[in-house]
Amino acid sequence: MARKSSETTNKLNRRLLLKGAAAGSAVVATQAIGGFPTVWAQNTKDVTLIHAGGSYAAIKEIGEQATKDLGFKIVMQAITDDVQLNRSLTQPNSIDINNIDSTKLPYLMGKGVLAPIPVAKYKLWSETVPLFTKGSYPNGKMASTQGLAPIEAMFYAGKDGKKLADKPTEFLTMIPTIYNADTLGIRPDLVGGRDKVTSWKDLLDPKYKGKTALVDYAPVGVMDVAMALESRGDFKYVDKGNMTKEEIDKTIKIMIDMKKGGHFRSFWSTFDQSVNLMASGEVVVQSMWSPAVTAVRSRGIDCYYVPLKEGYRGWFVGLAPMAHLSGVKLDCAYEYMNWFNSGWQGGFIAKQGYYSAVPATAKKFLTQDEWDYWYDGKPAAVDIKDPYGALMEKKGATRDGGAIWDRMGNIACWNTVMDEDRYLTRRWNEFVSS
Amino acid sequence: MAILDQTADESAATPGAGAEHIAVDAGGERASWFQITPLVVVLALFFGLPMLVVLAVSFFDFDRTDIVPAFILDNYVDLFRSEVTLRLYTSSIKFALIVWLVTLVLGFNIAYFLVFHVRTVLWQIALFLLCTVPFLTSNIIRMISWIPFLGRNGIFNQALMGSGVVDQPLEFLLFSDFAVIVAYVHLFTLFMVVPIFNSMARIDKSLLEAAHDAGASRFRAVAEIVLPLSKSGIALGSIFVVTLVMGDSFVVRTMSGGQSASVVSALQNEVAALQYPPAAASAVIMVIIVTLMVAGILRLVDVRKELAR
Repeated sequence: MARKSSETTNKLNRRLLLKGAAAGSAVVATQAIGGFPTVWAQNTKDVTLIHAGGSYAAIKEIGEQATKDLGFKIVMQAITDDVQLNRSLTQPNSIDINNIDSTKLPYLMGKGVLAPIPVAKYKLWSETVPLFTKGSYPNGKMASTQGLAPIEAMFYAGKDGKKLADKPTEFLTMIPTIYNADTLGIRPDLVGGRDKVTSWKDLLDPKYKGKTALVDYAPVGVMDVAMALESRGDFKYVDKGNMTKEEIDKTIKIMIDMKKGGHFRSFWSTFDQSVNLMASGEVVVQSMWSPAVTAVRSRGIDCYYVPLKEGYRGWFVGLAPMAHLSGVKLDCAYEYMNWFNSGWQGGFIAKQGYYSAVPATAKKFLTQDEWDYWYDGKPAAVDIKDPYGALMEKKGATRDGGAIWDRMGNIACWNTVMDEDRYLTRRWNEFVSS
Repeated sequence: MAILDQTADESAATPGAGAEHIAVDAGGERASWFQITPLVVVLALFFGLPMLVVLAVSFFDFDRTDIVPAFILDNYVDLFRSEVTLRLYTSSIKFALIVWLVTLVLGFNIAYFLVFHVRTVLWQIALFLLCTVPFLTSNIIRMISWIPFLGRNGIFNQALMGSGVVDQPLEFLLFSDFAVIVAYVHLFTLFMVVPIFNSMARIDKSLLEAAHDAGASRFRAVAEIVLPLSKSGIALGSIFVVTLVMGDSFVVRTMSGGQSASVVSALQNEVAALQYPPAAASAVIMVIIVTLMVAGILRLVDVRKELAR
């Protein structure tokens, strides 16, 4: 409760400052907002920072806006996961700001390619959602720690950045930016209604034989099936996010049997494939990403991102400066990362269904109606548009799953890299080839 | 060939002593070494060297992110012990054989039609170009356009159901081995047509007339004249088709909807998981097997001899 009121005060401070008032509190408030150039502009105008990340995060428009606001150049590079890992490890100098998802951390930390971020350099830390700062929800409840939970991935044990710490320290692994809750997508018109799929176990229901799909990526594909098996009561995992070899074997065996029985229609490996499978009716239940669901809907085909009773699979991404940065360039990197969460980006990405790590700043760049729809789960008071102005939802629609903490507050397991990932890859290859 | 013959004629025509003749030959040899140097350099740098690196890495050890220089056989042992390897190769070779057979029948007949049935060169060229028209768009687009066509609610199924041939959509049409083969055949038939067309076009038409005059049926003329004389084209086409199918991962992944795997798609999964040494071992074995297949084809047909004919 105390926390909540302090947040409100902060918000008020920023509002005041935005109106150009409150000169007295300018120092404090500048720190709170971030994004205002504190590095001398004449030194920075020749600086170029290369921001590399997945296509869902490294968006050209964000780079252009940052370049305009900051006075130095941000180059956005959208790359695939394996290219990102390869470049980060073998040509770390080719990236300045690494937009990594949490599952890249186990690969990259301790390799001397990422620079730990002193908490003091990140001005919005105190306003970041407690999921990242404390591992809890705003209501104080602790978040699930199955898989790689935010609290387990945010902090280095020391400034050398060799090991992760599972409790707050002075060194951040990355600045958390966006996060979301993933679940199954369905075609309500083809399964007989929105209420027909309620649990992960429906993914394996013989009713949908030949009409289901999984993502062709072992760590996520296996976890989705694990959620289903657990809810069907086949067995209970000690930690779905870190299975033992025996657990992997048991899971893969069932998957192979189901595949041979023709249960799966397809395994998709790109965003477009998942959209097309669903839109064409080849598949009626599948693991899916949130913007893919909206992409199907924007074609006028009903698609629903089902809030399942066992909860969601969560993920989060962040920005990490690369270790080769120094001097003015490093200052600019901090400047940019502070800008990143100062609102414009959060507002942009909210309209694709992702949440900002600092929602209060994103709110300034959304209309009240947009905020109500995307964050508060209220019925849309007006037509909802995507960041590029295309119609996404008609007036009156409600976001699948409701408000931010109804969705993010119900994470059963986080995306992760298992200790047995080598073994998992091998077994997954067996599954796909069987 | 023509150029070589010409030089031989010229040197023969040059009046002069034998000594001069030898000098020209030595210079000619030096010149030919000089001529192949660029290709040797390019191949050594961009093919030989990377292959050696792959070979070296296939013996390395690895952990989650690093490859550790070592000399271990584990990558190969794992590869040969795993039943997945056998399954992948069986599946890839099965695809290669079926696709080879279908493209061969198609390619031979199309080429035969173009060469022996189409009488004017203009029409020959026009129809030949027609064969290549689909290749003006990208491979990926040509392949992906099969998906809406063959899908459960696709054009083909709708047509079948509309005409009352079936009352349930045929599921095996898409995301199946059938779909993979359809796409391969569509993509690779031209690679069979072109070399066969090329060798058939060089067959002296009077041979066929002679066969006809001697009372051979058309089938016999094809079997005993056209087929043997287009062997080099068939061999070259076969090499293209077999290596393309064996080296593919994209078609198999897309058209089977990820239900089937190929040797290369399994290798890609390993690369994506940063497991380079096992991927390298798999690549080395793949290169050996495909080389053996190509060597087998070349053993049956001496392409060099046939081309020099």
